[in-house]
This record gives sequence, structure tokens and C-alpha cells, in this order.
Amino acid sequence: MQFKSMVVSNVELSPNYFRMRMTAPQELLASAPGQFLMLKVTDAIDPLLRRPFGLFDVGTFTAEYAGCGAQTYCEILYKVVGKGTKLLAALHHGDVVDLLAPLGRGFDLGPAGEEKVLVGGGVGLAPLYYLAKALVERGEKVRLFAGGRNRDDILCITEFERLGVETYVATDDGTLGESGFVTQVLERHLNKGMRIFACGPTPMLDAVAKMSARHEVPCQVSMEAYMACGVGACLGCVMKGANHTEATPDYRCVCKDGPVFDSFDLQWS
Amino acid sequence: MQRPDMSVAVAGIKMRNPVMTASGTFGYGAEFADYLDLESIGAMISKGLSLKPKAGNPTPRIVETPGGMLNAIGLQNVGIDAFIEQKLPYLKNVNTPVIVNLYGNTLEEYGEVAARLDGLSGVAGIEVNISCPNVKQGGIVFGTDPGAAQEVVRLVKKNTSKPMIVKLSPNVTDVVLMAKACADAGADALSLINTLTGMAIDLERRRPVLANVTGGLSGPAIKPVALRMVWQVARAVKLPLIGIGGIMNGRDALEFMLAGATAVQVGTASFLDPSAAQRIAGEMEQYLVDHKIDSVSSLIGALEV
Repeated sequence: MQFKSMVVSNVELSPNYFRMRMTAPQELLASAPGQFLMLKVTDAIDPLLRRPFGLFDVGTFTAEYAGCGAQTYCEILYKVVGKGTKLLAALHHGDVVDLLAPLGRGFDLGPAGEEKVLVGGGVGLAPLYYLAKALVERGEKVRLFAGGRNRDDILCITEFERLGVETYVATDDGTLGESGFVTQVLERHLNKGMRIFACGPTPMLDAVAKMSARHEVPCQVSMEAYMACGVGACLGCVMKGANHTEATPDYRCVCKDGPVFDSFDLQWS
Repeated sequence: MQRPDMSVAVAGIKMRNPVMTASGTFGYGAEFADYLDLESIGAMISKGLSLKPKAGNPTPRIVETPGGMLNAIGLQNVGIDAFIEQKLPYLKNVNTPVIVNLYGNTLEEYGEVAARLDGLSGVAGIEVNISCPNVKQGGIVFGTDPGAAQEVVRLVKKNTSKPMIVKLSPNVTDVVLMAKACADAGADALSLINTLTGMAIDLERRRPVLANVTGGLSGPAIKPVALRMVWQVARAVKLPLIGIGGIMNGRDALEFMLAGATAVQVGTASFLDPSAAQRIAGEMEQYLVDHKIDSVSSLIGALEV
């Protein structure tokens, strides 16, 4: 779908990290965790392209105005890194943006009864919150492992805890949770019968994918890539499939074949 | 007032309006069906197709630049046979002309791909790509040497009975020379321009952003160059022209028609607005209504200098 959306709120959670809520058509309630949206920040030609963001949350709310009915919303979590996100951070309630959503392939929730383990770094927590909500709704036991360079990178932990998710935190500098990589903490808790869902920086995903292979635990990863179209037309966002070689190339579109992949379907370092 | 007549014809291909989707920016058509009515646009041009499937270049393949983007996809495509088997049946059911963009790594491959399409129903015409800047063989080699371009055009012409459009590169000293060479060799129409070769550098890593080092620049940043080239070629060559380069709205498209284009192709705009081609056709029509112009074809080459 392509639609205009009104910014409901745009809040700075910690330095340079924002959470933005936007109105959305009711059909978005049928989206799957792990799917994403493409947002056009401005009508001007610089920045020219849309920006992709994982769906952090989708739901309904009732505004505090007389006579308002329930309104569908979607939320994104983003870090200010360049021109586009800087402009995004300046948007206020009432501003209008243009969205394409929901896009891509989301998470496969897997069979009920297994323990679900979520691993996120920085804004990689975004699609995991929507996923956690869906899993908790199904009555699943969910654990979250969140990592970052420092405490500012650890976002929305209380939201996860409110869902009843058991959380583990690690930071490189030890300013929150354990000191070190989140993957080290994860490895101590990993058992067969679990299922991993991960999103974050590629080196983290690389480590998680290898760990899941070692422990024979199924693992899905949500990837990030530069994108132009978001609908599988431009072929700008591809990454190497597991069996890719120079002679037998196998490229997968992050926007259309992903952004969520089974970790064994991709080629890691 | 009656609705203005938006129809045009390029080398015998009749279109309900002058807006086509540019090769490489519209997938194989179906990708965009959720966002616009494929029967509202003038024509669709497929992704560039080669004899064998092609994997394309390593990543990163795209980067945004002010007012534009650089791409180095490297002509990734499913190959001509898979296109005919898997993609064309869907397109046949859409009441909009489909033009197949093709290229070869060698002269012979150009001829072979064209031959496989000849006689196929559902293919309204072909667009010969002699201008991709992102592949070592084929593409740009044929697009920058008038003699090589003529060889390709002559061979393809021999192997096809379909209208043949030749897509020109802007990465030449004299685009008119190339246009004349292709016209003399039998092209039925010319489309211009393909992307301009460009480069982006990551200052922190002190490395090129694109894995291919250079890429093709498209988007609004190149529109003035494209307009100039269309205008120059229109004055020198009698063939119908298709204007391409940074068209974002109906007014951009009409500027190309004034400069001498019979039709236009919308490329990068479809990335940021998947409904762009349909919207642009609507905006062109509205301009005609507002200015009380009966027929869009009356604007072709109507620039006063």
C-alpha cells in the first residue's frame, strides 16, 4: 500500500534515537512482524529516495479529542545517522509523510511451545518488539538479549518487560547490564529447542548465525541494506545467498526475499 | 472541452499516452501492479535482458547523491528464455505495449537475443541497450564507438521485424554523431539518455562507496543534460525520440516533448513513488486541459528558441 500518514508523536528516547508514531490504514493491522515500511521524508529531491524502517509496533489508539474513533497506527524506531533521519527527527505531530507498507517477508513465528530467543543490537530492537508482542499473544516464553556500545543504545527495554519478556542486556563499555558483547551472554543461555530471531549490525548477526549453526538452533535474521525501490525492482539491495560463488552467483533481494531470512540461507563472513 | 488526445505513436507502437517506464527501474512489470494501473501508462520496458541469466555486480550497488542516485547493478536479469517463459505470459494479459530491452556481451549475442523475440506475440518492440556503463563487455563499448554501434544496430535489424529503438549513452563527446550513426544503420527510434557515469567516495573509509567503483547517475540531477541532448538530436535526426533523464512530474515530461521527444521514459521516479508513471501521465493531461491544448502530440518539438 502507498498512503499518506500523519505524525502522531516523535520522541527522542536517548541521544539520537527516536520513536515515531504515525497514523495508518486499518489494513496495516494484518502486517507481519519483521515487515518494513519505506518513508518519504520530504517532497524535495534531496534526500531523493525513501528510507526503509522495520515496523516497531502496529496497533490502534483513540486520540483524546471529542468524537474520535479508534485509529490504526504504526511506529518506527530510528537513529539519526544522515540527512534523511535528521529531517525525520524534526517532524512534529500533524506533519504528513508518505509511506509504502507493509513490505517484504516477515518472521516465521515457528511452532508453539519452543522457547523464543530475540537478539537485538541498537535499532535492531525495532522489529523484535512487534515480534515479541505477537509471540506473547500466542502465550510463548520469550527472552530478549539486547546489546549496544553503551547504555544509550539500549532502547525500550521496559516495553519488552511490560510484555513479560525476560531481558538480558550487555554493553561494550559496561554502562548497562553485563560488560561485553551480547552474543557472549546469549551463548551461555543457548539450548536446543530454542528458536532465535535476530536483528542488528551485520557483525552481530554474523556471530549469531554461526552460533546458531554450532548449537543447531534454528535462527532467523532481519537484514538491513541500502534500498531504492523496496519492491524488488531495482535489485540494489541484494546480498549473497548461502551457495553464492563467482561462478554460480546467488543474490537475494533484501526488500523482497527478506528482510527476514533463515540464517542458513545467507552467506556469512 | 473534450479531454485532450494524449495518444502518441513511436515507430508504429501506438500508446495511450507518452509515458513509458524505463528499463531497469520497473522490474518485469508485475512488481508495480499493486501501486498503479499498468493499463494507464503508455508502454512498459522490461529490465535489460541477455542471452543467459546474469548475476550482476557485487554490493554495495546503489548510493544516493544530491538530487540523484548512482547504481552499479550490472544488468542482473533472468535471461531471455526465462523472461519469455515466466514473465511474458503475465504481461500479455495487460493491455499496454511491452517493449523488451536487450543487450549482448558480444555482437552475436545481440543478434541472438533479438532473434529469439522475433515473431513473439506480446512484444510490441525492442529497445537495444548499447549504453550501460556498468558492464565491462557489451553495453557501453558499443555505445561510444559509432562504428561498433552501427554493427550492432545493423545485425539486430536483420534479426527482427519488430520496431527497434536504440538507447543512447550520454557518455560521449558528441551524442549527435552517435544518433546519426544509429539512424543510418536502421534504428526506428532513439531513446536518450542512459545514466551518466559517476562516482561517490566514503571519506571515513577513504574508499569508493560502490563495489564497482563507478556507477550510473540518474534522477533529477541529470535532467538538464538529458534535455540538452534530446534537443540537439531532435534537430539533427528525423527519427522519433524518447526522452529520459530525471523526469519526476508532468511538467518535466512536457519539457522533453517540447525539446523534440515523442514520448518519455520515467525511471528513478518510480523508485521513490511507485505510482509515478501514472501520476505523471495525469499531470501532463491536466497541463493540456489548463492550457486548452487538444493534443499532446502538438507539443512535440514545439520549443521556440
